[in-house]
Amino acid sequence: MRKLINAPADVVADALRGLAAAHPSLRVDVDTRTVVRAAAPRPGKVALVSGGGSGHEPLHAGFVGFGMLDGACPGEVFTSPTPDQVVAAAMAVHGGAGVLLIVKNYTGDVLNFQLAAELAEDEGIEVATVLVDDDVAVRDSTYTAGRRGTGATLFAEKIAGALAEEGAGLDAVAAVAREVVARTRSFGVALSPCTVPAAGEPTFELGPGEIELGVGIHGEPGRERAAAAPAAEIVAAALTAIDQDMPLAGQELLVLVNGMGGTPLIEQYIAYGAAERWLAGRGATVARPLVGGYVTSLEMAGVMISVCRATPEMLRLWDAPVETPALRWGR
Amino acid sequence: MNTAEWIRLAAERIAADAAHLSRLDAAIGDGDHGHNLERGFAAAVAALPEGDAPPGKVLLAAGRAIVAKTGGASGPLYGTALRRAGKALGDTPDLDAAGLGAVLQAALEGVRELGQAGEGDKTMVDALAPAVAAYEEALAAGGDLAACAAAAAEAADQGAQATVPMQARKGRASYLGPRSTGHLDPGAASTALLLRALADVA
Repeated sequence: MRKLINAPADVVADALRGLAAAHPSLRVDVDTRTVVRAAAPRPGKVALVSGGGSGHEPLHAGFVGFGMLDGACPGEVFTSPTPDQVVAAAMAVHGGAGVLLIVKNYTGDVLNFQLAAELAEDEGIEVATVLVDDDVAVRDSTYTAGRRGTGATLFAEKIAGALAEEGAGLDAVAAVAREVVARTRSFGVALSPCTVPAAGEPTFELGPGEIELGVGIHGEPGRERAAAAPAAEIVAAALTAIDQDMPLAGQELLVLVNGMGGTPLIEQYIAYGAAERWLAGRGATVARPLVGGYVTSLEMAGVMISVCRATPEMLRLWDAPVETPALRWGR
Repeated sequence: MNTAEWIRLAAERIAADAAHLSRLDAAIGDGDHGHNLERGFAAAVAALPEGDAPPGKVLLAAGRAIVAKTGGASGPLYGTALRRAGKALGDTPDLDAAGLGAVLQAALEGVRELGQAGEGDKTMVDALAPAVAAYEEALAAGGDLAACAAAAAEAADQGAQATVPMQARKGRASYLGPRSTGHLDPGAASTALLLRALADVA
Protein backbone atom coordinates (compact mmCIF):
# COMPACT_ATOMS: atom_id res chain seq x y z
CA MET A 1 0.00 0.00 0.00
CA ARG A 2 1.53 3.31 -1.10
CA LYS A 3 -0.58 6.21 0.11
CA LEU A 4 0.03 9.84 1.02
CA ILE A 5 -1.01 9.38 4.64
CA ASN A 6 0.61 9.64 8.07
CA ALA A 7 -1.00 6.60 9.65
CA PRO A 8 -4.04 4.53 8.62
CA ALA A 9 -5.87 5.34 11.87
CA ASP A 10 -5.40 9.09 11.36
CA VAL A 11 -6.62 9.40 7.78
CA VAL A 12 -10.00 11.02 8.45
CA ALA A 13 -8.82 13.36 11.25
CA ASP A 14 -5.78 14.49 9.26
CA ALA A 15 -7.90 15.14 6.17
CA LEU A 16 -10.41 17.14 8.25
CA ARG A 17 -7.59 19.30 9.63
CA GLY A 18 -6.44 20.01 6.08
CA LEU A 19 -9.99 20.74 4.95
CA ALA A 20 -10.37 23.23 7.81
CA ALA A 21 -7.08 24.93 6.96
CA ALA A 22 -7.98 25.22 3.27
CA HIS A 23 -11.57 26.42 3.70
CA PRO A 24 -12.29 29.16 6.24
CA SER A 25 -15.90 29.07 5.00
CA LEU A 26 -16.25 25.81 6.94
CA ARG A 27 -16.29 25.11 10.67
CA VAL A 28 -14.64 21.75 11.16
CA ASP A 29 -14.79 19.92 14.47
CA VAL A 30 -12.24 17.13 14.37
CA ASP A 31 -13.42 15.67 17.70
CA THR A 32 -17.09 15.29 16.82
CA ARG A 33 -16.22 14.68 13.15
CA THR A 34 -18.56 17.31 11.83
CA VAL A 35 -18.22 19.94 9.10
CA VAL A 36 -20.70 22.83 9.05
CA ARG A 37 -20.94 26.26 7.47
CA ALA A 38 -18.87 28.79 9.42
CA ALA A 39 -22.00 30.91 9.96
CA ALA A 40 -24.29 28.02 11.02
CA PRO A 41 -27.00 27.91 12.18
CA ARG A 42 -29.10 30.19 10.02
CA PRO A 43 -32.34 30.94 11.87
CA GLY A 44 -35.50 30.07 9.97
CA LYS A 45 -33.81 28.06 7.24
CA VAL A 46 -34.31 24.33 6.74
CA ALA A 47 -30.90 22.76 7.38
CA LEU A 48 -29.53 20.00 5.16
CA VAL A 49 -27.21 17.42 6.68
CA SER A 50 -25.62 14.54 4.86
CA GLY A 51 -22.90 12.12 5.69
CA GLY A 52 -21.50 8.73 5.04
CA GLY A 53 -18.20 6.96 4.96
CA SER A 54 -15.13 8.96 4.05
CA GLY A 55 -13.23 8.14 0.88
CA HIS A 56 -15.81 9.66 -1.50
CA GLU A 57 -14.44 13.21 -1.41
CA PRO A 58 -15.52 15.84 -2.18
CA LEU A 59 -18.82 14.16 -1.13
CA HIS A 60 -20.12 15.28 1.45
CA ALA A 61 -18.01 17.86 3.28
CA GLY A 62 -17.01 19.48 -0.01
CA PHE A 63 -20.67 20.32 -0.63
CA VAL A 64 -21.14 22.26 2.60
CA GLY A 65 -21.81 25.90 1.84
CA PHE A 66 -24.30 28.39 0.43
CA GLY A 67 -26.93 26.74 -1.75
CA MET A 68 -26.15 23.17 -0.76
CA LEU A 69 -25.51 21.43 2.57
CA ASP A 70 -25.45 23.07 5.99
CA GLY A 71 -23.52 20.25 7.59
CA ALA A 72 -21.79 16.96 6.94
CA CYS A 73 -20.59 14.13 9.16
CA PRO A 74 -17.84 12.01 7.63
CA GLY A 75 -17.38 8.52 9.06
CA GLU A 76 -14.27 6.42 8.90
CA VAL A 77 -13.21 5.41 5.40
CA PHE A 78 -16.14 3.57 3.79
CA THR A 79 -17.84 3.31 7.22
CA SER A 80 -21.04 5.17 8.01
CA PRO A 81 -20.91 7.91 10.64
CA THR A 82 -22.15 7.14 14.13
CA PRO A 83 -25.50 8.48 15.40
CA ASP A 84 -23.61 10.85 17.74
CA GLN A 85 -21.89 12.46 14.78
CA VAL A 86 -25.13 12.93 12.88
CA VAL A 87 -26.83 14.43 15.94
CA ALA A 88 -23.85 16.76 16.56
CA ALA A 89 -24.07 18.00 12.97
CA ALA A 90 -27.85 18.42 13.17
CA MET A 91 -27.61 20.34 16.45
CA ALA A 92 -24.90 22.62 15.01
CA VAL A 93 -26.94 23.62 11.97
CA HIS A 94 -30.51 23.49 13.25
CA GLY A 95 -32.06 26.92 12.68
CA GLY A 96 -35.51 26.14 14.03
CA ALA A 97 -37.05 25.12 10.71
CA GLY A 98 -36.14 21.44 10.81
CA VAL A 99 -33.32 19.29 9.50
CA LEU A 100 -33.30 17.20 6.33
CA LEU A 101 -31.03 14.15 6.51
CA ILE A 102 -29.84 12.93 3.11
CA VAL A 103 -28.83 9.29 3.44
CA LYS A 104 -27.34 6.95 0.87
CA ASN A 105 -28.95 3.52 0.91
CA TYR A 106 -26.38 1.31 2.60
CA THR A 107 -27.32 -0.79 5.61
CA GLY A 108 -24.86 0.95 7.93
CA ASP A 109 -25.87 4.45 6.89
CA VAL A 110 -29.58 3.64 7.14
CA LEU A 111 -29.26 2.20 10.66
CA ASN A 112 -27.04 4.95 12.06
CA PHE A 113 -29.11 7.77 10.56
CA GLN A 114 -32.31 6.09 11.79
CA LEU A 115 -30.98 6.04 15.36
CA ALA A 116 -29.72 9.62 14.90
CA ALA A 117 -33.10 10.84 13.70
CA GLU A 118 -34.72 9.41 16.84
CA LEU A 119 -32.11 11.06 19.07
CA ALA A 120 -32.45 14.43 17.29
CA GLU A 121 -36.22 14.28 17.65
CA ASP A 122 -35.71 13.65 21.37
CA GLU A 123 -33.83 16.97 21.37
CA GLY A 124 -36.90 18.66 19.87
CA ILE A 125 -35.56 18.94 16.32
CA GLU A 126 -37.98 18.22 13.49
CA VAL A 127 -36.29 15.73 11.18
CA ALA A 128 -37.08 14.42 7.71
CA THR A 129 -35.01 11.77 5.97
CA VAL A 130 -34.47 11.20 2.26
CA LEU A 131 -33.00 7.89 1.16
CA VAL A 132 -30.90 7.98 -2.01
CA ASP A 133 -31.04 4.75 -4.06
CA ASP A 134 -30.21 5.37 -7.69
CA ASP A 135 -27.79 2.59 -8.68
CA VAL A 136 -29.42 0.46 -11.37
CA ALA A 137 -26.64 -2.12 -11.17
CA VAL A 138 -28.57 -3.64 -8.26
CA ARG A 139 -31.43 -5.27 -10.11
CA ASP A 140 -33.37 -7.25 -7.58
CA SER A 141 -34.21 -5.36 -4.43
CA THR A 142 -36.20 -8.29 -3.03
CA TYR A 143 -33.02 -10.27 -2.45
CA THR A 144 -30.69 -7.40 -1.67
CA ALA A 145 -30.53 -4.43 0.66
CA GLY A 146 -31.94 -2.42 -2.25
CA ARG A 147 -30.35 -0.04 -4.71
CA ARG A 148 -27.24 1.76 -3.55
CA GLY A 149 -27.01 5.52 -3.25
CA THR A 150 -24.47 7.12 -5.58
CA GLY A 151 -24.47 10.16 -7.91
CA ALA A 152 -28.08 11.15 -7.24
CA THR A 153 -26.82 12.31 -3.84
CA LEU A 154 -25.08 15.27 -5.48
CA PHE A 155 -28.18 16.17 -7.53
CA ALA A 156 -30.42 15.95 -4.46
CA GLU A 157 -28.07 17.98 -2.26
CA LYS A 158 -27.72 20.74 -4.88
CA ILE A 159 -31.38 21.00 -5.84
CA ALA A 160 -32.87 20.63 -2.36
CA GLY A 161 -30.15 22.94 -1.02
CA ALA A 162 -31.18 25.64 -3.48
CA LEU A 163 -34.84 25.31 -2.50
CA ALA A 164 -33.96 25.53 1.21
CA GLU A 165 -31.92 28.65 0.49
CA GLU A 166 -35.06 30.23 -0.99
CA GLY A 167 -36.85 29.71 2.32
CA ALA A 168 -39.01 26.67 1.52
CA GLY A 169 -40.26 24.52 4.41
CA LEU A 170 -39.01 21.10 5.46
CA ASP A 171 -41.76 19.16 3.67
CA ALA A 172 -41.15 20.94 0.36
CA VAL A 173 -37.37 20.57 0.59
CA ALA A 174 -37.69 16.86 1.42
CA ALA A 175 -40.20 16.40 -1.41
CA VAL A 176 -37.96 17.89 -4.09
CA ALA A 177 -35.01 15.79 -2.86
CA ARG A 178 -37.17 12.65 -3.08
CA GLU A 179 -38.37 13.62 -6.55
CA VAL A 180 -34.79 14.09 -7.74
CA VAL A 181 -33.83 10.66 -6.40
CA ALA A 182 -36.88 9.07 -8.02
CA ARG A 183 -35.92 10.59 -11.39
CA THR A 184 -32.21 9.71 -11.25
CA ARG A 185 -30.42 6.50 -12.23
CA SER A 186 -26.71 5.72 -12.08
CA PHE A 187 -24.34 3.03 -13.28
CA GLY A 188 -20.64 2.69 -12.49
CA VAL A 189 -17.73 0.89 -14.11
CA ALA A 190 -14.43 0.10 -12.38
CA LEU A 191 -11.13 -0.26 -14.22
CA SER A 192 -9.11 -0.86 -11.05
CA PRO A 193 -9.85 -1.49 -7.37
CA CYS A 194 -9.14 0.74 -4.38
CA THR A 195 -7.48 0.09 -1.03
CA VAL A 196 -9.03 1.09 2.31
CA PRO A 197 -6.10 2.42 4.39
CA ALA A 198 -7.02 0.43 7.52
CA ALA A 199 -7.31 -2.79 5.50
CA GLY A 200 -4.13 -2.27 3.47
CA GLU A 201 -5.25 -4.55 0.67
CA PRO A 202 -7.37 -3.87 -2.43
CA THR A 203 -11.09 -4.43 -1.88
CA PHE A 204 -11.28 -6.61 -4.97
CA GLU A 205 -9.06 -7.86 -7.74
CA LEU A 206 -9.41 -7.37 -11.47
CA GLY A 207 -7.46 -9.49 -13.89
CA PRO A 208 -5.49 -7.79 -16.65
CA GLY A 209 -7.90 -6.62 -19.32
CA GLU A 210 -10.92 -6.99 -17.00
CA ILE A 211 -13.42 -4.37 -15.88
CA GLU A 212 -16.28 -4.55 -13.35
CA LEU A 213 -19.63 -3.42 -14.75
CA GLY A 214 -22.05 -1.99 -12.22
CA VAL A 215 -19.49 -1.38 -9.48
CA GLY A 216 -20.59 0.45 -6.33
CA ILE A 217 -18.75 3.37 -4.80
CA HIS A 218 -16.98 1.15 -2.25
CA GLY A 219 -15.75 -1.26 -4.86
CA GLU A 220 -18.72 -3.57 -4.30
CA PRO A 221 -19.16 -5.87 -7.24
CA GLY A 222 -21.85 -5.04 -9.72
CA ARG A 223 -23.46 -7.04 -12.47
CA GLU A 224 -20.53 -8.74 -14.14
CA ARG A 225 -16.90 -8.89 -15.01
CA ALA A 226 -16.32 -7.96 -18.62
CA ALA A 227 -13.40 -7.53 -20.98
CA ALA A 228 -11.93 -4.04 -21.22
CA ALA A 229 -13.42 -2.17 -24.18
CA PRO A 230 -13.23 1.24 -25.88
CA ALA A 231 -14.73 4.13 -23.87
CA ALA A 232 -17.71 4.45 -26.21
CA GLU A 233 -18.68 0.82 -25.58
CA ILE A 234 -18.31 1.10 -21.80
CA VAL A 235 -20.39 4.29 -21.77
CA ALA A 236 -23.00 2.65 -23.99
CA ALA A 237 -23.23 -0.30 -21.58
CA ALA A 238 -23.78 2.07 -18.64
CA LEU A 239 -26.37 4.20 -20.44
CA THR A 240 -28.16 1.15 -21.82
CA ALA A 241 -28.55 -0.18 -18.28
CA ILE A 242 -29.96 3.18 -17.19
CA ASP A 243 -32.22 3.55 -20.24
CA GLN A 244 -33.69 0.07 -19.74
CA ASP A 245 -34.63 1.03 -16.21
CA MET A 246 -35.81 4.57 -16.94
CA PRO A 247 -36.38 5.45 -20.60
CA LEU A 248 -34.45 8.54 -21.62
CA ALA A 249 -35.80 9.30 -25.12
CA GLY A 250 -37.20 12.80 -25.46
CA GLN A 251 -36.11 13.83 -21.96
CA GLU A 252 -34.24 16.89 -20.70
CA LEU A 253 -31.41 15.53 -18.62
CA LEU A 254 -29.04 16.47 -15.89
CA VAL A 255 -25.97 14.32 -16.58
CA LEU A 256 -23.02 13.64 -14.28
CA VAL A 257 -20.00 11.86 -15.67
CA ASN A 258 -18.22 11.16 -12.43
CA GLY A 259 -14.59 10.12 -12.14
CA MET A 260 -14.19 7.48 -9.42
CA GLY A 261 -10.90 8.86 -8.15
CA GLY A 262 -8.19 7.27 -10.27
CA THR A 263 -9.38 8.12 -13.77
CA PRO A 264 -7.94 11.34 -15.20
CA LEU A 265 -10.14 14.17 -16.39
CA ILE A 266 -9.05 13.62 -19.99
CA GLU A 267 -10.68 10.17 -19.88
CA GLN A 268 -13.75 11.57 -18.11
CA TYR A 269 -14.23 13.98 -21.01
CA ILE A 270 -13.84 11.13 -23.48
CA ALA A 271 -16.61 9.38 -21.55
CA TYR A 272 -18.77 12.50 -21.47
CA GLY A 273 -18.39 12.99 -25.23
CA ALA A 274 -19.47 9.41 -25.80
CA ALA A 275 -22.39 9.83 -23.40
CA GLU A 276 -23.60 13.01 -25.10
CA ARG A 277 -23.50 11.33 -28.54
CA TRP A 278 -25.24 8.20 -27.23
CA LEU A 279 -28.01 10.27 -25.64
CA ALA A 280 -28.43 12.49 -28.73
CA GLY A 281 -28.81 9.31 -30.77
CA ARG A 282 -31.76 8.36 -28.52
CA GLY A 283 -33.42 11.75 -28.84
CA ALA A 284 -32.49 12.87 -25.33
CA THR A 285 -31.03 16.28 -24.54
CA VAL A 286 -28.35 17.06 -22.00
CA ALA A 287 -29.77 20.18 -20.39
CA ARG A 288 -26.96 20.48 -17.83
CA PRO A 289 -23.73 18.45 -17.84
CA LEU A 290 -21.27 18.03 -15.00
CA VAL A 291 -17.93 16.29 -15.50
CA GLY A 292 -15.44 15.58 -12.72
CA GLY A 293 -14.63 13.52 -9.65
CA TYR A 294 -17.46 14.37 -7.23
CA VAL A 295 -18.44 11.01 -5.73
CA THR A 296 -15.18 9.13 -5.65
CA SER A 297 -14.00 5.76 -4.33
CA LEU A 298 -10.51 6.54 -3.09
CA GLU A 299 -8.09 5.79 -5.94
CA MET A 300 -10.41 3.49 -7.89
CA ALA A 301 -10.20 3.99 -11.64
CA GLY A 302 -13.47 4.15 -13.53
CA VAL A 303 -16.49 6.31 -14.11
CA MET A 304 -20.04 6.44 -12.89
CA ILE A 305 -22.73 8.02 -15.01
CA SER A 306 -25.77 9.56 -13.32
CA VAL A 307 -28.77 10.77 -15.30
CA CYS A 308 -31.71 12.76 -13.91
CA ARG A 309 -34.89 13.34 -15.92
CA ALA A 310 -35.00 16.93 -14.78
CA THR A 311 -38.13 19.06 -14.54
CA PRO A 312 -37.90 22.78 -15.41
CA GLU A 313 -38.07 23.52 -11.67
CA MET A 314 -35.14 21.19 -11.01
CA LEU A 315 -33.09 22.91 -13.72
CA ARG A 316 -33.93 26.30 -12.23
CA LEU A 317 -32.75 25.10 -8.82
CA TRP A 318 -29.67 23.47 -10.35
CA ASP A 319 -28.73 26.85 -11.89
CA ALA A 320 -29.24 28.71 -8.59
CA PRO A 321 -26.10 30.11 -6.95
CA VAL A 322 -23.91 27.69 -5.03
CA GLU A 323 -20.70 28.34 -3.12
CA THR A 324 -19.04 25.27 -1.62
CA PRO A 325 -15.46 23.95 -1.77
CA ALA A 326 -16.34 21.59 -4.63
CA LEU A 327 -19.21 23.26 -6.52
CA ARG A 328 -19.49 26.98 -7.08
CA TRP A 329 -21.27 29.10 -9.62
CA GLY A 330 -23.62 32.07 -9.98
CA ARG A 331 -22.52 34.00 -6.92
CA MET B 1 -22.09 -13.95 36.03
CA ASN B 2 -19.97 -10.83 35.63
CA THR B 3 -20.99 -9.05 32.43
CA ALA B 4 -18.05 -6.62 32.61
CA GLU B 5 -15.66 -9.58 32.41
CA TRP B 6 -17.50 -10.75 29.32
CA ILE B 7 -17.18 -7.34 27.62
CA ARG B 8 -13.46 -7.20 28.46
CA LEU B 9 -12.77 -10.70 27.14
CA ALA B 10 -14.91 -10.00 24.06
CA ALA B 11 -12.86 -6.86 23.35
CA GLU B 12 -9.63 -8.85 23.66
CA ARG B 13 -10.85 -11.59 21.33
CA ILE B 14 -12.18 -9.07 18.79
CA ALA B 15 -8.88 -7.18 18.82
CA ALA B 16 -6.93 -10.40 18.32
CA ASP B 17 -9.20 -11.44 15.46
CA ALA B 18 -9.77 -8.02 13.86
CA ALA B 19 -7.65 -8.62 10.78
CA HIS B 20 -9.30 -12.01 10.20
CA LEU B 21 -12.82 -10.55 10.51
CA SER B 22 -11.93 -7.71 8.15
CA ARG B 23 -10.58 -10.18 5.62
CA LEU B 24 -13.84 -12.15 5.77
CA ASP B 25 -15.62 -8.84 5.16
CA ALA B 26 -13.35 -7.88 2.26
CA ALA B 27 -14.41 -11.05 0.45
CA ILE B 28 -18.11 -10.14 0.38
CA GLY B 29 -18.39 -6.63 1.83
CA ASP B 30 -16.08 -3.68 2.26
CA GLY B 31 -13.37 -5.03 4.52
CA ASP B 32 -13.86 -3.01 7.69
CA HIS B 33 -15.84 -5.29 10.02
CA GLY B 34 -13.02 -6.36 12.34
CA HIS B 35 -11.48 -2.94 12.67
CA ASN B 36 -14.85 -1.29 13.31
CA LEU B 37 -15.68 -3.79 16.05
CA GLU B 38 -12.22 -3.42 17.56
CA ARG B 39 -12.84 0.33 17.88
CA GLY B 40 -16.36 -0.21 19.21
CA PHE B 41 -15.47 -2.79 21.86
CA ALA B 42 -12.46 -0.75 23.00
CA ALA B 43 -14.93 2.10 23.56
CA ALA B 44 -17.25 -0.31 25.40
CA VAL B 45 -14.47 -1.33 27.79
CA ALA B 46 -13.61 2.33 28.40
CA ALA B 47 -17.28 3.05 29.17
CA LEU B 48 -17.72 0.24 31.71
CA PRO B 49 -19.06 1.58 35.02
CA GLU B 50 -16.57 1.56 37.89
CA GLY B 51 -17.05 -0.77 40.85
CA ASP B 52 -19.80 -3.38 41.17
CA ALA B 53 -22.50 -2.08 38.85
CA PRO B 54 -25.53 -4.31 38.20
CA PRO B 55 -24.99 -6.53 35.12
CA GLY B 56 -27.77 -4.76 33.21
CA LYS B 57 -26.19 -1.35 33.71
CA VAL B 58 -22.88 -2.74 32.43
CA LEU B 59 -24.48 -4.01 29.23
CA LEU B 60 -26.38 -0.75 28.75
CA ALA B 61 -23.19 1.31 29.05
CA ALA B 62 -21.30 -1.00 26.70
CA GLY B 63 -24.13 -0.91 24.16
CA ARG B 64 -24.32 2.87 24.21
CA ALA B 65 -20.56 3.16 23.67
CA ILE B 66 -20.66 0.71 20.77
CA VAL B 67 -23.49 2.60 19.06
CA ALA B 68 -21.61 5.86 19.60
CA LYS B 69 -18.16 4.79 18.42
CA THR B 70 -18.41 1.99 15.89
CA GLY B 71 -20.21 3.20 12.77
CA GLY B 72 -21.09 0.83 9.96
CA ALA B 73 -23.96 -1.61 10.34
CA SER B 74 -22.32 -3.58 13.13
CA GLY B 75 -22.28 -0.61 15.55
CA PRO B 76 -26.04 -0.09 15.67
CA LEU B 77 -26.71 -3.83 15.60
CA TYR B 78 -24.34 -4.95 18.37
CA GLY B 79 -24.97 -1.76 20.32
CA THR B 80 -28.72 -2.27 20.16
CA ALA B 81 -28.32 -5.94 21.10
CA LEU B 82 -26.41 -5.02 24.28
CA ARG B 83 -28.68 -2.10 25.16
CA ARG B 84 -31.78 -4.27 24.83
CA ALA B 85 -30.07 -6.97 26.87
CA GLY B 86 -29.22 -4.42 29.54
CA LYS B 87 -32.76 -3.06 29.61
CA ALA B 88 -34.15 -6.59 29.95
CA LEU B 89 -32.10 -7.01 33.12
CA GLY B 90 -32.99 -3.70 34.71
CA ASP B 91 -31.38 -3.36 38.14
CA THR B 92 -31.19 -7.10 38.88
CA PRO B 93 -28.06 -7.52 41.01
CA ASP B 94 -27.24 -11.09 39.96
CA LEU B 95 -27.34 -12.77 36.59
CA ASP B 96 -28.49 -16.39 36.80
CA ALA B 97 -29.08 -18.97 34.07
CA ALA B 98 -32.66 -17.85 33.37
CA GLY B 99 -31.55 -14.20 33.37
CA LEU B 100 -28.84 -14.79 30.80
CA GLY B 101 -31.39 -16.56 28.62
CA ALA B 102 -33.59 -13.47 28.76
CA VAL B 103 -30.55 -11.33 27.91
CA LEU B 104 -29.77 -13.33 24.79
CA GLN B 105 -33.42 -13.38 23.74
CA ALA B 106 -33.66 -9.58 24.11
CA ALA B 107 -30.43 -9.13 22.14
CA LEU B 108 -31.77 -11.28 19.30
CA GLU B 109 -35.05 -9.39 19.20
CA GLY B 110 -33.18 -6.07 19.06
CA VAL B 111 -31.04 -7.21 16.17
CA ARG B 112 -33.99 -8.64 14.26
CA GLU B 113 -36.05 -5.50 14.71
CA LEU B 114 -33.34 -3.07 13.63
CA GLY B 115 -31.75 -5.16 10.87
CA GLN B 116 -34.95 -6.75 9.54
CA ALA B 117 -33.01 -9.92 8.82
CA GLY B 118 -34.26 -13.45 9.33
CA GLU B 119 -32.49 -16.78 9.49
CA GLY B 120 -30.98 -17.75 6.14
CA ASP B 121 -30.20 -14.18 5.06
CA LYS B 122 -26.47 -14.74 5.78
CA THR B 123 -26.15 -12.31 8.69
CA MET B 124 -25.32 -12.36 12.39
CA VAL B 125 -28.86 -13.64 12.99
CA ASP B 126 -27.73 -16.98 11.57
CA ALA B 127 -25.36 -17.37 14.52
CA LEU B 128 -27.42 -15.62 17.19
CA ALA B 129 -30.80 -17.28 16.58
CA PRO B 130 -29.55 -20.88 16.90
CA ALA B 131 -27.48 -19.83 19.92
CA VAL B 132 -30.59 -18.51 21.68
CA ALA B 133 -32.51 -21.67 20.79
CA ALA B 134 -29.69 -23.92 22.05
CA TYR B 135 -29.45 -21.92 25.26
CA GLU B 136 -33.18 -22.29 25.92
CA GLU B 137 -33.02 -26.00 25.19
CA ALA B 138 -30.10 -26.51 27.59
CA LEU B 139 -31.91 -24.45 30.20
CA ALA B 140 -35.08 -26.50 29.84
CA ALA B 141 -32.98 -29.65 30.25
CA GLY B 142 -31.82 -28.34 33.61
CA GLY B 143 -28.39 -27.02 32.57
CA ASP B 144 -26.62 -24.44 34.70
CA LEU B 145 -25.48 -21.09 33.37
CA ALA B 146 -22.08 -22.37 32.20
CA ALA B 147 -23.59 -25.39 30.43
CA CYS B 148 -26.26 -23.28 28.73
CA ALA B 149 -23.70 -20.69 27.58
CA ALA B 150 -21.45 -23.44 26.24
CA ALA B 151 -24.37 -24.86 24.26
CA ALA B 152 -25.11 -21.39 22.88
CA ALA B 153 -21.48 -20.87 21.83
CA GLU B 154 -21.41 -24.25 20.10
CA ALA B 155 -24.65 -23.51 18.23
CA ALA B 156 -23.35 -20.08 17.21
CA ASP B 157 -20.19 -21.64 15.77
CA GLN B 158 -22.25 -24.13 13.79
CA GLY B 159 -24.66 -21.39 12.71
CA ALA B 160 -21.80 -19.24 11.49
CA GLN B 161 -20.29 -22.11 9.54
CA ALA B 162 -23.69 -22.75 7.99
CA THR B 163 -23.61 -19.27 6.40
CA VAL B 164 -20.84 -20.37 4.02
CA PRO B 165 -23.11 -21.80 1.29
CA MET B 166 -25.82 -19.15 1.82
CA GLN B 167 -26.54 -16.34 -0.63
CA ALA B 168 -26.72 -13.01 1.21
CA ARG B 169 -30.05 -11.19 1.20
CA LYS B 170 -29.21 -8.39 3.63
CA GLY B 171 -26.34 -5.96 4.01
CA ARG B 172 -23.62 -5.11 1.59
CA ALA B 173 -22.89 -8.74 0.68
CA SER B 174 -26.35 -8.95 -0.89
CA TYR B 175 -25.09 -6.94 -3.88
CA LEU B 176 -22.95 -9.93 -4.83
CA GLY B 177 -25.98 -12.14 -5.43
CA PRO B 178 -24.83 -15.70 -6.17
CA ARG B 179 -21.21 -14.57 -5.81
CA SER B 180 -21.78 -14.20 -2.04
CA THR B 181 -21.92 -17.98 -1.64
CA GLY B 182 -18.85 -19.89 -0.48
CA HIS B 183 -17.86 -17.28 2.12
CA LEU B 184 -18.28 -17.21 5.89
CA ASP B 185 -20.42 -14.23 6.88
CA PRO B 186 -18.26 -11.85 8.94
CA GLY B 187 -21.18 -10.76 11.17
CA ALA B 188 -22.05 -14.37 11.99
CA ALA B 189 -18.35 -15.01 12.65
CA SER B 190 -18.04 -12.12 15.10
CA THR B 191 -21.28 -13.16 16.84
CA ALA B 192 -19.88 -16.67 17.32
CA LEU B 193 -16.71 -15.15 18.73
CA LEU B 194 -18.66 -13.01 21.21
CA LEU B 195 -20.70 -16.00 22.38
CA ARG B 196 -17.55 -18.10 22.78
CA ALA B 197 -16.19 -15.34 25.03
CA LEU B 198 -19.46 -15.43 26.96
CA ALA B 199 -19.16 -19.20 27.48
CA ASP B 200 -15.56 -18.78 28.62
CA VAL B 201 -16.45 -16.33 31.40
CA ALA B 202 -19.71 -18.08 32.37
